[in-house]
Amino acid sequence: MNLEINHIEKEGKEYLFLQGEIDVYTSEKLKQTLLPLTAQKGNEVIVNFSDVNYIDSTGLGIFIGALKSTHNHESSMKLTGMAERVRRLFNITGLDEIIDIEDSEREEAK
Amino acid sequence: MEKTDVSLQEMYKSILEGYLHTGSEHALYEAQQFSRQLIKENMTPEEMVNLHVVVARELIPDLPSEVLEANDFLLEVMVGYGLAYREHQSLRDRQQQLESELAVAAQMQQELLPKRIPKSPVLDIGIKTVAADVVSGDYYHFIEDGNDHIGIAVADIIGKGVPAALSMSMIKYAIDSLPEQRLQPSALLENLNRVVEQNISSNMFITMIYGSYDLKEHKFQYSGAGHEPGFYYNHSSRQFVDLNTKGLVLGVMKKAVFKEYEQKLSPGDLIILLSDGVTECRAESGFIERSELTEIIRKYEHLSAQEIVENVYSELEQFQNFQLQDDFTLMILRREV
Repeated sequence: MNLEINHIEKEGKEYLFLQGEIDVYTSEKLKQTLLPLTAQKGNEVIVNFSDVNYIDSTGLGIFIGALKSTHNHESSMKLTGMAERVRRLFNITGLDEIIDIEDSEREEAK
Repeated sequence: MEKTDVSLQEMYKSILEGYLHTGSEHALYEAQQFSRQLIKENMTPEEMVNLHVVVARELIPDLPSEVLEANDFLLEVMVGYGLAYREHQSLRDRQQQLESELAVAAQMQQELLPKRIPKSPVLDIGIKTVAADVVSGDYYHFIEDGNDHIGIAVADIIGKGVPAALSMSMIKYAIDSLPEQRLQPSALLENLNRVVEQNISSNMFITMIYGSYDLKEHKFQYSGAGHEPGFYYNHSSRQFVDLNTKGLVLGVMKKAVFKEYEQKLSPGDLIILLSDGVTECRAESGFIERSELTEIIRKYEHLSAQEIVENVYSELEQFQNFQLQDDFTLMILRREV
């Protein structure tokens, strides 16, 4: 399975549109794109999950790494548009309590 | 080296000459013996082709020039082939070495798991754990405090292979070095979380459920750190209830706190703990649903705890066409009397 990543900069915010599966094979690619964005001071990173149908624990690990990076670099990260199956994993792991997750998709991001 | 080459050349010449004259079986037999000699002398394939070209020219002086040119061409090909072949060989050797190191890691990992399941006349425990690959990311642990309590942990370390094995030994030694007196599940997880948080890389984490079974009062107190929820099975109503816990995975935040829950058990009731490899098991028809899992458990309810977990495993193994996608760990506790 594959992961497509589209990076769009709009009104000073960094949007990442993900499409496919985030797993042990595709996580490295996501990390290479996401971490440089969260490592820039003041960056607002918004990751759109609308077309993500699967995430495994390695994938969750990437978002934990990114969250720590936002703390270290005074940037921010928000995850949007998750399908229920994906949302469930963020819920079980308790990550939804420390990561900013917006459950309804923002139209302006489209 | 030169000497050997000369003697090999003489040997080959006489064998080939014999064959050209007689075409006999005996010459073929000698050729076979000669092949073995080549291995002993560490002769490369391109050196052998070269030897043949030289000897053939001596034996058949009037070879057409096209054949001679073709031979030289073959020699060029063989030199390139020999290089590529040796590179492949050395990669294969390297891979075999890595595989055997990994096998040693897997063996050490087995040593980290409990040698025996706690035995009690009032509590029947069954456990099945299977690695999807050589090294597993699943871990379980029992603590017997000799004081009518059995502590039970099931953990899932993200990722597989060597990093998982290393984290697992950290978890084991962290649990082993906890204070002597029995800890409440929430306090135990808080302790572990501090150790893990300091010793794990930034995008790794561990999920765990820890519970303490009171053999006198028959209550199970538990806390979870982001772990796949287990189940409580009520024997008399034949109903399953999720053991939902709210708690952050280990290794992410230094000051995480964990809520504690309690479940009382009547005779015949079950506590089921699992890793996400059980519910994330994927077949072409999709993921297995938690309700399908409980259906299978209910079907084998009349068996011993160990027989239940064995049977559930073999059904799920079939469901996945015997190709385990993720590490599998299933533990069942049953109150006997």
